[in-house]
Amino acid sequence: MSRAVSVLIIARLTLREAMRRRLLWALVGLTVLIVALTWWGFTRIADVSPVTGPTEMLGVSQVLVMLAFMFSFVLAMTAVFAASPSIGPEIESGLLLAILARPIDRAEVLFGRWLGLAVVLVAYAIVAGYLEIAAVGLATGYLPADPAVAPLYLAGQTLVLLTLAIVFSTRIASVAGGAIAVVAYGLAWMAGVLGGVGEAFHSDVLRAAGTIARLILPSDVLWRGAAGALSPTDQVLSGSGVNAAIYRFSPFSGAAPEPYWLAWCIVWVVAVLWLGIVLLRRREV
Amino acid sequence: MTVERIAGLAIETRELRKEFGRIVALAGLTMTVPRGEVFGFLGPNGAGKTTAVKLLLGLSRPTAGDGRVLGEPLGDVPVRRLVGYLPELFRYQTWMTAREVLGLHCELARLPRAEWDQEIRAALDLVGLADRADGRTQTFSKGMQQRLGLAVALLGRPDLLILDEPTSALDPVGRQDVRGIIGALRDRGATVFLNSHLLTEVERVCDRVAIVDRGRVVAELTMAELTDERGVSVRVTGLDGVGGEVAARYGTARLDGEWLFVDGIADAAVPSLVGELVARGGAIHAVVPTHHTLEERFLSLLGAAPDAGDAGDAGTAAESATGSANASAGSVESGGAAKATPHDGAGA
Repeated sequence: MSRAVSVLIIARLTLREAMRRRLLWALVGLTVLIVALTWWGFTRIADVSPVTGPTEMLGVSQVLVMLAFMFSFVLAMTAVFAASPSIGPEIESGLLLAILARPIDRAEVLFGRWLGLAVVLVAYAIVAGYLEIAAVGLATGYLPADPAVAPLYLAGQTLVLLTLAIVFSTRIASVAGGAIAVVAYGLAWMAGVLGGVGEAFHSDVLRAAGTIARLILPSDVLWRGAAGALSPTDQVLSGSGVNAAIYRFSPFSGAAPEPYWLAWCIVWVVAVLWLGIVLLRRREV
Repeated sequence: MTVERIAGLAIETRELRKEFGRIVALAGLTMTVPRGEVFGFLGPNGAGKTTAVKLLLGLSRPTAGDGRVLGEPLGDVPVRRLVGYLPELFRYQTWMTAREVLGLHCELARLPRAEWDQEIRAALDLVGLADRADGRTQTFSKGMQQRLGLAVALLGRPDLLILDEPTSALDPVGRQDVRGIIGALRDRGATVFLNSHLLTEVERVCDRVAIVDRGRVVAELTMAELTDERGVSVRVTGLDGVGGEVAARYGTARLDGEWLFVDGIADAAVPSLVGELVARGGAIHAVVPTHHTLEERFLSLLGAAPDAGDAGDAGTAAESATGSANASAGSVESGGAAKATPHDGAGA
């Protein structure tokens, strides 16, 4: 009970900071802007080429997946830049000294920070994700294969990046930690593309590379899930004359991850957070 | 082996050691701080003072050795409810107001919600920030931030306050305020562990000091022990140098111009010394009691010569009587800053 209270104190502090420093309002403003631009852009597309058949729907789906990829990148960056300065730099600046001298465990500080940022980022990912899908649907009438779960995968990917960056922040300077997290995110995505190619060409080496990358950083598992959920339905694919197997070559294609991969994502987040707690407890302040 | 709990002690450490790689920050700190005492913890830069403070608070782990704070082992988390801490590196959330920072620390210290307003108001009043309670700390000067840090440390009436350089950013008025606050804490029975470079501040407020060098306590003494080491400075003319011979029978004597410095003389022997000097034909212009300063003791323990600039930069009769209380140590130029206390001064 006492531990939960401490975690909630720090999580609430983090949320208040996000609001007071206008991070939350900046995200809300950007969401409104992006959704408005999406609606406007897709309306123009629909004006030029009305989305009436599977071919047009396939086109819209590709633009939507590409937008989602850009959005997932924005989410990853937001997670990294919000989390990187949160522990180590605050110790170095003296901000955390007075807090750590209170009856609070370092694990509670780390988990409270993670929880506070997670609430902000997940809310942002889900609200903005659904609004984007709704805007595209309203403008064109197109609905992807699984619109309900796509933002959830994006939120999950954000949590993975948040976890990585916050754990880096316990030991690595914020700029270096942030840069490493961003590069790791990019590498994981590229390894996912290679793994997909390996799957298509039955290359064990490429498949193994993709699997290892997913084990080390499972962000791409969730991105592929989001991309799969935003992909056109099989009827649209077959109606447009595109072979589903060939479609999977696209770097913007995806599929719902196997349950064991989703379980691994959860295990990974818990394990990495636990590692962060160990690192923070051993750190000299 | 762990340090046994001893009733009546706020802090006890035994051979506390801290290494950072190959650097030994603390070589073996052994000390005890009784409850209810204002304890000064002094040392030169790099002596390990802040490291010791962080070990006491559980912010850092000892490489070896052990200790207790308020009877609990080092690193105990619940005992921190009873400890207030002002870090040397004080910094608070710049996006919060002073009142909000204090509210956060009330929450972290697990004070009952009903007491927060009263606690916050009292702390702000005490440190002189009542009129800036709703100002963002971003707009605070360094001195105001340090006052806020002191207010944070005072929340919840802690049994032990660990103040790391609490007046480093304060003006003379602020320093006087802090002295008053420390005095009030002593009056209510709290223990204050004061880590400071400002020896005159320490001298004014502490009951006892420990001087630490290279990670070890090299001396521990009470203020009474320090001020008991008395001497006398006599401005005398007309003796043609024999005054030194006379004074040597009363203590360690040294003549410097018209000033005769006698260290280690008993208070009761001063009239006799003066009488003998007069009997030898001397004209007495001033008789000024002197005592060792903390700074003098500090520098002698650390093997550093006191700064000659501290001697004779005076203005007051008492300060012009500066000279070496350790007369054997050398001349006035190199010999020390034993300062006469003006209020003790007695003109002849």
